[in-house]
Amino acid sequence: MRAHILLAILLTFSLAAIAQTGMDEAMALYKGTENLDFSAERGKEFWNTPRTDENGKERSCNTCHGKDLTKTGKHIKTGKKIEPMAPSVNKERYTDLKKIEKWFKRNCKWTIGRECTNQEKGDVLSFLSGQ
Amino acid sequence: MYKYYSSITLVLVLALAGSSAAFAEQESFWSWLLTFKSRHEVAPVKDEQYREECGACHFAYEPGWLPEASWRKLLDAKALENHFKENAELDEDVRKHLLDVLVNASADKSWYKRSRKVMSSLEDNQAPLRITDVPSMKTKHQEVYDEVVSKSDKVTSLSYCDKCHTEAKNSVFDADTVWIPGFGYNAW
Repeated sequence: MRAHILLAILLTFSLAAIAQTGMDEAMALYKGTENLDFSAERGKEFWNTPRTDENGKERSCNTCHGKDLTKTGKHIKTGKKIEPMAPSVNKERYTDLKKIEKWFKRNCKWTIGRECTNQEKGDVLSFLSGQ
Repeated sequence: MYKYYSSITLVLVLALAGSSAAFAEQESFWSWLLTFKSRHEVAPVKDEQYREECGACHFAYEPGWLPEASWRKLLDAKALENHFKENAELDEDVRKHLLDVLVNASADKSWYKRSRKVMSSLEDNQAPLRITDVPSMKTKHQEVYDEVVSKSDKVTSLSYCDKCHTEAKNSVFDADTVWIPGFGYNAW
């Protein structure tokens, strides 16, 4: 019995550790040698700011991810479902550094027309991690 | 003399069977002929990374829908930056792997019926970027497009294979499995 409890505790902690890695790695990467400070408030503003797309239409992160980050989003063009961004309901989010980087790269270029800076990425991630 | 013929035949058949096993990955004409397995559909995608990377945004189209030259154009690093007006950039190692997956199972190399149809409808060196631009595909879907899809707000494009082809995820596309949202069953 005691062994079971111990195992359960160990498992809980190790799973929590796995869940944290992608996010921690990303944060460390964006902090960089300059040791940048991040703010969830700035991240939120960045996330919600509308930009203009190539057809003059407004586009922000919400356009596809939806206003409520605990709900499923929908891509405006392909119609594909986008799993919730909030880690509180979607445990898979931010567990893989490569994925975080891939989507930042693609989506920043697509939404704001350029790659995001480390400052912006760190801010956005701080905002999203609290959702 | 006859007994020699039968043993020669046996040896030949065994040799062919052997070669078919050796070519299990990239199917040869002989293995196709000898396995007697049904090849009515299109070869399913087995690669998990392909399903994950491409399937994250759209239906993970089977490589057997387009010839090698099409996949090479689509998976070009520069081309992926503007993939039908979306940014679909990939890390170089991932891009190379996915290109391999696509090229190895492209329509020109497949013995599956639907891939053969794609290839026979294309002109030499024709390499469309869209599966919906393949002539055999266009002909097959023209009526359903004109009468249903173009008027529908539930299926807005022919590129959403799995909206109507209910077994598309298993690479089955026959008419019996078609169910059009907002319209119902119809065998086109």
